[in-house]
Amino acid sequence: MSGVLEACTATARREGATRINEIRVRVGELSEVMEDALRFAFEALSPGTLAEGGHLVVENVAATSRCVECRVEFSHGRFDVACPQCGNVFCEAVSGRELEIESIDIDLPGDREEGTS
Amino acid sequence: MRVDVSAPILARNERLAAENRQRFAEAGVFVLDLLASPGAGKTSMILATIDALRDRYRIAVIEGDIASSVDAEKIKAHGVPAVQINTGGACHLESDMIRRAVDTLDLDEIDLLIIENVGNLVCPTDFDLGEHAKVMILSVPEGHDKPYKYPNIFARAEAVILNKYDTLSVFDFDEAEFREVVSRLNAVAPVFPLSATTGEGVDAWTAWLAERIEAVRAGSGPAGLVGQEGTDET
Repeated sequence: MSGVLEACTATARREGATRINEIRVRVGELSEVMEDALRFAFEALSPGTLAEGGHLVVENVAATSRCVECRVEFSHGRFDVACPQCGNVFCEAVSGRELEIESIDIDLPGDREEGTS
Repeated sequence: MRVDVSAPILARNERLAAENRQRFAEAGVFVLDLLASPGAGKTSMILATIDALRDRYRIAVIEGDIASSVDAEKIKAHGVPAVQINTGGACHLESDMIRRAVDTLDLDEIDLLIIENVGNLVCPTDFDLGEHAKVMILSVPEGHDKPYKYPNIFARAEAVILNKYDTLSVFDFDEAEFREVVSRLNAVAPVFPLSATTGEGVDAWTAWLAERIEAVRAGSGPAGLVGQEGTDET
């Protein structure tokens, strides 16, 4: 989370922001990340930064893969990943491993102090 | 105002991992990241692997532990260069730790670099170190149900070693069920039952490893397709 806050405050500063209202992150279902742990870390680390008092929005991303043979894209869980069309188990991961910062919502110096978006 | 950031949360780790990967490629070093629980036999496996391959390859080891240099001393006593990383509490290795450890080694004198990650079945899985392959070890006493509980590490490993196989008769370990669950999580990773201490089964593992090392030396790239191990990686 300290990496998230660093990246977000750096972007916010570059934009001349006075405050970060919201940080949106994308977390894949197959990653080893707990939403609760992210929220806890955000609350522990955001005071004293531009994101103090802001919101953390966590978007969960479903796992999908593409069959290398018939190119079909399909969603799946952790078990029994195979192409639903031909049964092939050689598949490229398309989504589900994301751990990324999507966007931030910021106030600029002209904005009224209205709290959140 | 909404501002697009579009950055990986582990951006710094991923950038440094890419730098490590480039250095390893330039020096022609094959890098193995070994993952397991504490006590599964990572260090014993490394010693067995060294014994089997030391006539063919020049080997070095990076040892990751929260504290102490016990493991690095064991490896050095075997006549192999070893660097100890103490994470000081962190539960996994990151690519900047590997970079600093590699700075103390002469990569031109190494063919195979084995990284022993911190004993943990969760966090090391998400951290790219710049390695060619992540391989996991499960030991028989840990139980055949571990893949249900820690699925991601089994899904991402390129090979699964079942260590302490010589103790199978003493434990209630259902090998057929273990293999079935592993194959449902990872249809392409081979399973190598072996005993690092008796040497039983080590040949099959080291033959697989040697094949991978030769493939990288021949320039056929990092992996080829390894099922769910995504081709989205660079």
